[in-house]
Amino acid sequence: MKIHEYQAKQIFARYGVPVPKGYPANTAADAEVAAKKLIDETGISVVVVKAQIHAGGRGKGGGVKLAKNGPAEARELADKMLGRPLVTHQTGPGGQLVRRLYVEQGLDIARELYFAFVLDRDARRVAVIASREGGMDIEQVAHDTPEKLHHVEIDPVVGLAPYQARRLGFLLGLNKEQIGKFVKLATSLYDLFVAEDCSLCEINPLIVTKQGEVVALDGKINFDDNADFRHREWNELRDRDEEDPVELEAKEAGLSYVSLDGDIGCLVNGAGLAMATMDIIQTYGGSPANFLDVGGGANQEQVAKAFGMIMRSPKVKGIFVNIFGGIMKCDVIAAGVIAATKQMGLKVPLVVRLEGTNVDAGRKMLGDSGLAIQTASTMADGAKKIVAAIGARG
Amino acid sequence: MSILVNRSSRVVVQGITGGAGSFHARQCIEYGTQVVAGVTPGRGGEKFDGQVPVFDTVTEAVEKTGADVSLIFVPPPGAADAILEAADAGCPLVICITEGIPVMDMVRVRRWLTGRSTRLIGPNCPGIITPGACKIGIMPGHIHRPGHIGVVSRSGTLTYEAVGQLTALGIGQSTCIGIGGDPVAGLDFVDVLTLFNADPDTHGVIMIGEIGGQAEERGAAYIKASMKKPVAAFIAGATAPPGKRMGHAGAIIAGGKGTAKEKRAALEAAGVKVAPTPAEMGSTLQSLLRA
Repeated sequence: MKIHEYQAKQIFARYGVPVPKGYPANTAADAEVAAKKLIDETGISVVVVKAQIHAGGRGKGGGVKLAKNGPAEARELADKMLGRPLVTHQTGPGGQLVRRLYVEQGLDIARELYFAFVLDRDARRVAVIASREGGMDIEQVAHDTPEKLHHVEIDPVVGLAPYQARRLGFLLGLNKEQIGKFVKLATSLYDLFVAEDCSLCEINPLIVTKQGEVVALDGKINFDDNADFRHREWNELRDRDEEDPVELEAKEAGLSYVSLDGDIGCLVNGAGLAMATMDIIQTYGGSPANFLDVGGGANQEQVAKAFGMIMRSPKVKGIFVNIFGGIMKCDVIAAGVIAATKQMGLKVPLVVRLEGTNVDAGRKMLGDSGLAIQTASTMADGAKKIVAAIGARG
Repeated sequence: MSILVNRSSRVVVQGITGGAGSFHARQCIEYGTQVVAGVTPGRGGEKFDGQVPVFDTVTEAVEKTGADVSLIFVPPPGAADAILEAADAGCPLVICITEGIPVMDMVRVRRWLTGRSTRLIGPNCPGIITPGACKIGIMPGHIHRPGHIGVVSRSGTLTYEAVGQLTALGIGQSTCIGIGGDPVAGLDFVDVLTLFNADPDTHGVIMIGEIGGQAEERGAAYIKASMKKPVAAFIAGATAPPGKRMGHAGAIIAGGKGTAKEKRAALEAAGVKVAPTPAEMGSTLQSLLRA
């Protein structure tokens, strides 16, 4: 789960990670008020207006603007950003609609660094990634000049040891006064990462101000979705506007769904088989409209819901159900498919491949249902049939 | 022969009185697995289905029944703790089926298991089966057939798919293991390939990977250096978009790393024959046996 920069910074502040002073704003008028307040409180005449979307690359995309001439300018900038799509390298060509802003005090930047905690799955530990090359696309840095990235793995029993943080500080070229501040920031951020069940905590850039302060100028937090049972507060942080409505609906129904660009709807059990089904559709010249894993423990209602979500999508020209029942029973799938089609009608070709637990019962139910279903004996057979069925319709 | 589990494996099921635990414990018993104990804290002294003794702690279950494999169905909030408990009780093999364990919990579990002799399979996996001998997990038993091909996979249903294809071709399996779809888990490809390599009854291996992480690349390096047996593979997710989690927490292409293309190339460079489609995992392996 992703949250906005302003939310991440509120959490940073709670853990003692220094952040600039700022206020969220939902309207241009709010932005003006926020700017005035910031100028009064900090004595700094420059404020920064930042678009809040769940995607990186906002600066380059025009979503971060300096207002040097007072609150009225902040209002103008806000007016130009709000209600318009912001296109960055992470949003796709359509961009993401800007609904929220964050207005922040300006700071005199001496240096820009990169600092992040990530899950290092190969080390099976949390790791730090740090670099002197802050403010840049870190993936680009990793690709072009990997020697400029510093990587430190953290023992979960000990946590981030002060010597590790100190060593990083020196590698980042910080001086004696700055090192102390950096060590405190780094250990606080590690504590935050663990206690808040993050999968990513990134500060890009982490700045050193001309006054020698070490401050998180940006802030990005991703949470580990698996830990949501012990973080009720995440409900408050979730911005539903930033999420794909169909993916959100699926999540709430206990399904795993990802929208794709093609026209063949897929209903599959198991993530690996679901990915493999997408792959084989492509092999035979088709294009999947979605990834959908109904999981192992889904009941008839969940299957019907999943099937309904696929059928409602206007881009879907055909549906391929590919089930290898293990925990999932084929008769449950059949019942769900029949219930959904009875309710909504079946307007596109449907190919069903059933195998595994209770397969005979499932096949019989589909056969007796009177629905126009093509059955497939293997997943290759099914993929070929659905691609052909769509081709035949033009 | 087989790896890790056989006819004499004695299984304790943690969470045996829960919905999934009770259903699958019965399925395992029906397959012929020796399920000798269950554990549900607070329900010690009961009998599951009138035959399997239930204990309050894993230590007690191991002491009283000689259980040497733990099968875990405990829900996510208590699952990591259940793994620690099984290892502490001395179970040499722990299989965790539970899906949805927070990754920080697994980071701590992995650290805790370092230097201990307990092997962990999973979490978020279908378990392990030695066809005809014992099934310790949630896979459909009837699709398997005893034989000489090892199967190791990050995906549950894709394992069934591979096994189904093998059985349809008349090719049996020595042992099939799902290592799970989470980013931090127990045994990885290298661990399982090493075991298959040393097992005289395994004559070839199907390895099924997916996008995300570097586990397949490490497996490829091991195969190149040490594997004495033919290996066929498939990598799921060639058409998955970057940055999107494809169901499994571990199946995500991040920072341009972990693509199916890279993994495929690494495996092919190690002499592995990679199936062009998931429908050809069995036939690809078969072609290696003939050659």
